[in-house]
Amino acid sequence: MSGEGSTNEELKKLTKNDKYSILLPTYNERDNLPIIIWLIVKYMEKSQCAYEVIVIDDGSPDGTLEVAKELQKIYGEDKILLRPREKKLGLGTAYIHGIKHASGNFIVIMDADLSHHPKFIPKMIELQRYLDLDIVSGTRYIGDGGVYGWDFRRKLISRGANFITQLLLRPGASDLTGSFRLYKKDVLEKLIKSCVSKGYVFQMEMIIRARQFNYQIGEVPISFVDRVYGESKLGGSEIFQFVKSMLYLFATT
Amino acid sequence: MTKLMEWVFVATVFFSIWTAAITGSAQSTLLIKWRTPILYLPLTLIILFGLYAVSVVLYRTFTFNNCEEAAVELQREIKEARADLRSKGLALKED
Ligand SMILES: Nc1nc2c(ncn2[C@@H]2O[C@H](COP(=O)(O)OP(=O)(O)O)[C@@H](O)[C@H]2O)c(=O)[nH]1
Ligand SMILES: [Mg+2]
Repeated sequence: MSGEGSTNEELKKLTKNDKYSILLPTYNERDNLPIIIWLIVKYMEKSQCAYEVIVIDDGSPDGTLEVAKELQKIYGEDKILLRPREKKLGLGTAYIHGIKHASGNFIVIMDADLSHHPKFIPKMIELQRYLDLDIVSGTRYIGDGGVYGWDFRRKLISRGANFITQLLLRPGASDLTGSFRLYKKDVLEKLIKSCVSKGYVFQMEMIIRARQFNYQIGEVPISFVDRVYGESKLGGSEIFQFVKSMLYLFATT
Repeated sequence: MTKLMEWVFVATVFFSIWTAAITGSAQSTLLIKWRTPILYLPLTLIILFGLYAVSVVLYRTFTFNNCEEAAVELQREIKEARADLRSKGLALKED
């Protein structure tokens, strides 16, 4: 992947019939949203791939939607699409809602809190095109992947949970709980339909179902920088939820 | 076959052979000679696996990449983004 210039030209050719719909679910992300959109525009324009950003805001009380409207004025209604919902209905359904309005044949799912850097999207696109993959998943656990802002305890829990899930589920992907991924649109639609879990653990189920359907999964190492602004909305029941759905998938798939 | 069934299957096969070996339903001088180690084999395997698991997890925890550069780069890009967005007319809070 040397020689940025030639790579971009090649990628442009490879993706000339493709469009990438980037789904951004937001809940109280007014400080992050302008930055993440600015970064997406920066890196997607550089890659010269066709794209759109779909912001799915769940009635954030901090006024995220108002900021999104401002951004839409700056970047255009063809680039930034707003598909808000009345109230907080959760991440899983936010994706379903977003896909319905997506005009691309590929979907990128990422968090809006700046922990997922848009510079990895062109890398995912490239890998997908070269190997005709169904899914490309960002991973913190292999190669140059990693995290920033995690203490020893959080790293230990993360590595421990990852070890156990790999042992029990053998999913064929190293980062199950990460939510920075590129999907073929029809693949994502089919996966979402077949998933039973809701909320945060459904990222894990998606990969397991993908393995069941024999979809081809590729991985791009990502650096995960813990959110700068605002707080994580996922509370303490996270671990319990995780164990429960891991055991469920262990027993049923 | 579910992952659970795979584990149950492997465990059943293993324990059938193990039980046959220690109850003496399969006769051989070798089995008699090695009776004690065979008796403790499941426990030994569990302990060995536990040690393996703990060392792997600890090793991976200590070698978990710290993406300092990514964080610095992000901070720089945030500043750049805010300046650029302001120039495009977006009202932003103070840095
Ligand atoms: N639309 C919508 N977005 C949400 C909801 N909950 C979280 N998000 C967004 O989903 C992304 C991940 O959430 P976050 O709290 O950072 O989860 P964490 O990174 O796993 O701690 C962020 O962009 C949030 O703004 C929700 O209920 N609805
Ligand atoms: Mg987050």
